[in-house]
Amino acid sequence: MSENIVSVNNLSVSFDYQENFLSKKQKIKAVNNINIKIKKGSFFGLVGESGSGKTTLGRAILGANKISTGNVIFHDEERDFDLTTITPKEKKEYRKKAQLIFQDPYAALSPRMTVRDIIAEPLEVMKITESREETDARVRDIASKCRLNLEHLRRFPHAFSGGQRQRISIARALVSNPKFIVADESVAALDVSIQADILNLLKQLQHELNLTYLFISHDLSVVAHVCDIVAVMYLGHIVEMAPSRELFKNPRHPYTKALLSSIPSIDPENKSKAIELKGEIPSAMNPPSGCVFRTRCPHASQEGKEADIKMGLVEVEPGHWVDNCGVNCGA
Amino acid sequence: MKHLLEINNLDVKFDTDEGRITAIENVSLTLDQGKVLGIVGESGSGKSVTAKSIMQLNPGNTIYNDNAEIIIDDENVLKFTSKNDLKKIRGGKVSMIFQEPMASFAPAIKIGNQMVEQLMIHKSQDKKEAKNISIDMLNRVGIADAEKRFNQYAFELSGGMRQRAMIAMALSTMPKLLLADEPTTALDVTIQAQVINLMKDIIKEFNMGVIFITHDLGVIAQVADDVAVMYLGSVVEQGPVNEILKNPMHPYTRGLINALPDINNLDAPLTPIPGNIPSPLDRPSGCVFRTRCPHASQEGKEADIKMGLVEVKPGHWLDNCGINCGKV
Ligand SMILES: Nc1ncnc2c1ncn2[C@@H]1O[C@H](COP(=O)(O)OP(=O)(O)O)[C@@H](O)[C@H]1O
Ligand SMILES: Nc1ncnc2c1ncn2[C@@H]1O[C@H](COP(=O)(O)OP(=O)(O)O)[C@@H](O)[C@H]1O
Ligand code: SF4
Ligand SMILES: [Mg+2]
Ligand SMILES: [Mg+2]
Repeated sequence: MSENIVSVNNLSVSFDYQENFLSKKQKIKAVNNINIKIKKGSFFGLVGESGSGKTTLGRAILGANKISTGNVIFHDEERDFDLTTITPKEKKEYRKKAQLIFQDPYAALSPRMTVRDIIAEPLEVMKITESREETDARVRDIASKCRLNLEHLRRFPHAFSGGQRQRISIARALVSNPKFIVADESVAALDVSIQADILNLLKQLQHELNLTYLFISHDLSVVAHVCDIVAVMYLGHIVEMAPSRELFKNPRHPYTKALLSSIPSIDPENKSKAIELKGEIPSAMNPPSGCVFRTRCPHASQEGKEADIKMGLVEVEPGHWVDNCGVNCGA
Repeated sequence: MKHLLEINNLDVKFDTDEGRITAIENVSLTLDQGKVLGIVGESGSGKSVTAKSIMQLNPGNTIYNDNAEIIIDDENVLKFTSKNDLKKIRGGKVSMIFQEPMASFAPAIKIGNQMVEQLMIHKSQDKKEAKNISIDMLNRVGIADAEKRFNQYAFELSGGMRQRAMIAMALSTMPKLLLADEPTTALDVTIQAQVINLMKDIIKEFNMGVIFITHDLGVIAQVADDVAVMYLGSVVEQGPVNEILKNPMHPYTRGLINALPDINNLDAPLTPIPGNIPSPLDRPSGCVFRTRCPHASQEGKEADIKMGLVEVKPGHWLDNCGINCGKV
């Protein structure tokens, strides 16, 4: 039995993009040659700025995006699911095992359904339960695990605060008893106090239900606090990956260093010395050749700027992977 | 010395279908030239309403109390009704920038034309002069190809660039007071760092006063000189940023800090503030925080206690918690 629950091998995902119907079709490579292994029971963090490909990678692992090249394997107890060759029938089975917690519970929850019906829907759609009693029992069970007030199951979601709505969408994601959860910016819209509450809940549910998370966030402080391993994405590539403490203590890649230095410290005496990156993230439609970060990198060397260097992760310490910057630019 | 801005005893109420709600109660703040006052608090705490009151931008269902004052240059701007007076606080002495720059730009008018028009209204400059000032300002905020951007529409710019253009427009009239409402909240951290640095430079160079609203204590720590912590429409603690963030005394300020994931202290647990923010329709009587406060005493829970700031150390103002509940 594999110690990993997900293996992503040389995965690329491209989208066709057309500005308008007259213009030429272009390809956007949203995710580019990604290799990750997600260990069972881990809280795997994926960070990076908007447009870096986090959502696309998460959706590809869930089978919600078409894989262009490479593959994604989900290792279940008895069998593997290969997402590149998965049949519609297998996909139904897979859906029960791997679920998404939505970014925006406001948009994700139907205002006309009661909380009970929202949580029950996956059970009904996937035909997991056989009677209404069984459905109700599962809904009540997961709702109480998510610390929802059972009295509230009969109400409509608009009556609830942001934190309660997020708990409803967590309960909905967990009701089918999945093993693997993608949480995509699940706390981004929440105030800090509610954010703390939801993060604690996710941790607690992880232990209680043996879950593995892919936790996607643009907030490095949050990721540093909850994740045990973190991958940093930039323009479709993973540029660095390491155990969380190691990454935040010894960042190696120039982009990771810039990201960490940009976090505003809450100590007013510790005025941030943000490493200012030139300009903005280039368009994914037209990424720089060679190292994708070279147009903004403070360390890019002349050779590093040449078009024919190749990106690729190198293991610099056990478990600490960095793009082969050093080879390219000697950084 | 005279303050640049003085807000005294401001109450703001809104008439809504569900009844009259209190969005702001008894807020008093001052701001001096060249200083940045941060206002921090969770959503719904009244940060935006406070800022909008200064420019009289709250909608028609707003009710201000009679004894409220918002004083700029010896005038109570809450009493302004004429077009000419309002002009002074809307783009004249006061400018505002927002989280979403598209709120500042009309989608169908080119950036340059909007800047020029604004300058002609507020500074009665001629068109050519106004154009020069605008392009200068776009340059100043770090927009490359300012002449080209001048002729573009806001939607044609990237997020970070749009934010810079909005700042340029707000500053081109040389306001004395800048109201910045979550100006970096929607930006990625590396772009946020650029915009914060830019704003700090500009605040220094133009020597204006700034109210910087954010829910992010890290941003407050980096940009503000003083901070006011708001909860449910009331300022519960206020003072120099260093003092307030290092020696927070109000249970709400402490709660905010304890809930925050601090990158420099990964072992600290994330502790939520218990309970939920009450709806402004059932604003607690007495101390607004008492329904969630870990220290609320029986007497503190009684309805007839009064909120009010007390100076507990020079410059450090705290709601009279201690008097109410004896716990601070
Ligand atoms: N369905 C789609 N069609 C075209 N382009 C897309 C689509 N989804 C994502 N993209 C593009 O792929 C890139 C990565 O997007 P995304 O995965 O959403 O990034 P993130 O979640 O890190 O913000 C972006 O440039 C985005 O515009
Ligand atoms: N025009 C309005 N009508 C009714 N209620 C309003 C209006 N504007 C703001 N409010 C309410 O006033 C309170 C304070 O709002 P706001 O200042 O926007 O909070 P913040 O900016 O701190 O998130 C909230 O409860 C909000 O719903
Ligand atoms: S390869 Fe060169 S340009 Fe790219 S990130 Fe590393 S040092 Fe910078
Ligand atoms: Mg995303
Ligand atoms: Mg606001």
